[in-house]
Amino acid sequence: MRINCPICGDRDRREFYYLGASDYLNRPAEGDLDAIHKYLHIRENPAGVTKDLWHHEAGCSSWLVVERNVSTHEILGVELASEVAK
Amino acid sequence: MIDLIAKSAAEGLLPVTIGTMTLTELPLRKMHSIAPFKGAEVSAALKKATGVSLPDTGRATAKDDVEILWTARGQYFLIGATPPKLPAAITDQSDAWCSVVLSGESAPQVMARVCPLDLGQMGEGDVARSLVGHMTAIIVKRADGFEIMVFRAFAKTLTHELREVMVSVTAQAALPE
Repeated sequence: MRINCPICGDRDRREFYYLGASDYLNRPAEGDLDAIHKYLHIRENPAGVTKDLWHHEAGCSSWLVVERNVSTHEILGVELASEVAK
Repeated sequence: MIDLIAKSAAEGLLPVTIGTMTLTELPLRKMHSIAPFKGAEVSAALKKATGVSLPDTGRATAKDDVEILWTARGQYFLIGATPPKLPAAITDQSDAWCSVVLSGESAPQVMARVCPLDLGQMGEGDVARSLVGHMTAIIVKRADGFEIMVFRAFAKTLTHELREVMVSVTAQAALPE
């Protein structure tokens, strides 16, 4: 599996660290316990397209949002998390 | 006053020549990491103080003995000079790294076995952050080969891993067709 880092270019999967769903970018307001519970624990688990956070750990150290199909392993898009979170 | 003995990172391990390849250690130099603050402009000030401006992503800039490497997103290494006061996070990295050069005809084959980069696409002065074995490394393409920088504590491991592969590549080249 290869991920096309917007900064470094096409790189091997072993340079990256997987964190989890890109839901982590949408932090709810403090005090909203239901939303925080959802934010931490409730996840979709589709057999299809997901958006996840990956860290280019052994590369430029950027956080990336990688859109991929978990059934086919196809990577559909890679964006900098800092751009997505704007 | 005690006189401390300065030792390089790969002291006693390098240089080594196997087949057509040579692995040598580069002398330790003054080195600082520079991470400009958000939106801060430091290139002009660096150029004025050291003669070298910031390189593009994945590149190195150099003039005389001073060099600046791109080393990560928003991070650069200034080598061979002391940085001026800048709107940036500056950390002294001198003595913290081990720097070696792998040169020789079969150097690309050796790198191909330990590093996931497509090194054929790198030109002179290109810089990449990647892995050598399990070590995170800075790799710079030089005219005479590949410069590989790892954390100083990995000097022995780096030398060991590269030596093993140099022996293996040389032995395979000597096999009859």
